[in-house]
Amino acid sequence: MSAPPPRETVAEQQIDAAAPVAASRRRGHATLVIGVILTGLVVVTALVSLGWLPYPLSDISGGRLESPNPAHVLGTDRLGRDLLSQLMVGARIALTVGAGAALFAGILGTLVGLATALARPWVDDTLSATLDVVIAFPVLLLAMLVVAVQGASLGSAIFAIGLAMAAVIARLTRILARRVLQEQFVTAARTSGTRLPGIVLRHILPNIAPTLAVALALQFGVAVLAEASLSYLGLGAPPPNASWGRMLQEAQGTVLTAPVGALAPGIAIVVLVLGVNFLADGLREYTDPTRRRAR
Amino acid sequence: MLPYLLRRSAFLVISLVVAMIVIFVLLRLLPGDPANALLSIDATPEQIAAARAQVGSDQPLLQQFAAWSAQLLSGDLGVSYISTRPVGPEVGARLGVTLPLALLSFVIAVVLALVIGITAAVKADRWYGIVLSGFSQLGVAVPVFWVGVIVVWIFALQLGWLPSGGFPRDDWEDPGDALRSLALPVMTIAIVMSASISRYVRSATIDVLGSDYLRTARAGGAGLGESLLRHGVRNGSVPVIAVLGIELSTTLLGAVVVESVFTLPGLGSMLLTGIEQHDYPNIQGVLVISTLFVLIVGFAADIAQRIIDPRLRTSVSGNR
Repeated sequence: MSAPPPRETVAEQQIDAAAPVAASRRRGHATLVIGVILTGLVVVTALVSLGWLPYPLSDISGGRLESPNPAHVLGTDRLGRDLLSQLMVGARIALTVGAGAALFAGILGTLVGLATALARPWVDDTLSATLDVVIAFPVLLLAMLVVAVQGASLGSAIFAIGLAMAAVIARLTRILARRVLQEQFVTAARTSGTRLPGIVLRHILPNIAPTLAVALALQFGVAVLAEASLSYLGLGAPPPNASWGRMLQEAQGTVLTAPVGALAPGIAIVVLVLGVNFLADGLREYTDPTRRRAR
Repeated sequence: MLPYLLRRSAFLVISLVVAMIVIFVLLRLLPGDPANALLSIDATPEQIAAARAQVGSDQPLLQQFAAWSAQLLSGDLGVSYISTRPVGPEVGARLGVTLPLALLSFVIAVVLALVIGITAAVKADRWYGIVLSGFSQLGVAVPVFWVGVIVVWIFALQLGWLPSGGFPRDDWEDPGDALRSLALPVMTIAIVMSASISRYVRSATIDVLGSDYLRTARAGGAGLGESLLRHGVRNGSVPVIAVLGIELSTTLLGAVVVESVFTLPGLGSMLLTGIEQHDYPNIQGVLVISTLFVLIVGFAADIAQRIIDPRLRTSVSGNR
């Protein structure tokens, strides 16, 4: 085992204290780059799919369950549809749901969180308790319920997942906003006559925005996974939308003869979610000074 | 500790009421009348009225809620619209599949996560430490049903060791059979969950390794293993227990997807068919029971954290 660390002089300690910051910055940079590459891959695929697809989604001219070949790079599914085309359109759906849900959760969650933070104590307590209960449930379960209410569609998947995630964002916003409210510069602004909207816009929002952005990036990943699960369960966007989750569900029965059909959508999900998480981690190293210590 | 216990218990009861209201309101927003589940398309107005009276949907919402709460308090979960069987025993039977599935996966995942997380932190400079860190990173990005499909592909279809799905008709009559059916689902959940828990174990261990008290213990001559055991476990376990509480509730409810992969007759599939058939009593029954589970687990996790870390007990507000 390693020897006990040698005694350090004050100067050495200072150097040591600085070193992890630099190392962590570098690592933050590396994760950011990986995150951008992985996420960018999916974004580019989705953009390309808007203008060009190897085959139209409804094209069943291919043989059934073909393994990868020059005509169908990833092979075909049990109806003879091209898997690469489906995967490309799936990227579009995943990004739409992820971005839509994160945006919805961001707006709704921030508004509710700010309202809670600024409200009278009993309103704050009631709302916080409600949020805690909602958060105790997995996003997927809440989303299933909302889909039950709304019926399965792309819009209701976004709404459902966004609504469930809004509670998480609201609680975070509340905690962050209350912390800022206790700062002296807020007291100073108040005593010098700044009204509430001014304080929210000029002091609270700019201070909590970086942390919220990181949280939303993480929630983006959660949303992509939730959408995949919903469509796997048959509660997602209905055909002809090609969703990675439904592709997997359809390929499950034929995994022995055509494994690519089950492997490809799973890998696609992992690439996107991992990419977004790396992006969030990398961002955090830049935005949150307390995380800049060795991690 | 006692004031906190009282406060926390009050919060538990309030949460339960809030959750019931949320469940009720959400479900009443469902398009169409609950009574529709009982009717054919060409039902006469009299039949519709009769069905509405039968399920109580002709009453004002507040009265419906009051009736439902009173029913719940007496331990009655109602009767399914579709199968006309009482919901309570049905939920009980489903729990016989879902609870063992959730608990087994949870225990295995926690053990795995401790080994993985601590190794990844302590041996951060070795290749296997890095591999394990990578595994825990991957865990949050991998859809659990994909792992399920792959596990089936390898262990059921390729190797033929274990059944690819289903559950014995006689339930736990033959425990060996039941366990064999649960083996792959448990493995699936355990893989994904151990990865996500190990992230927290790893970062808790890193915090402990960088702490002053550990350095002091090491300077006093204690070995790494000894100082981790004597000082690290208690300090590191507080944040981990908070996460475990959340993960345990997630397993029970998250089993929905895994049950679907392996066609297990658990709570999840009951919820799913309930949603498809608009069978309110079944949906509500599953939700009430899982809510109860989620809230009690959260309660236990909060108490456990305070038993382990006396500093938390002095904080005035318990749930902030």
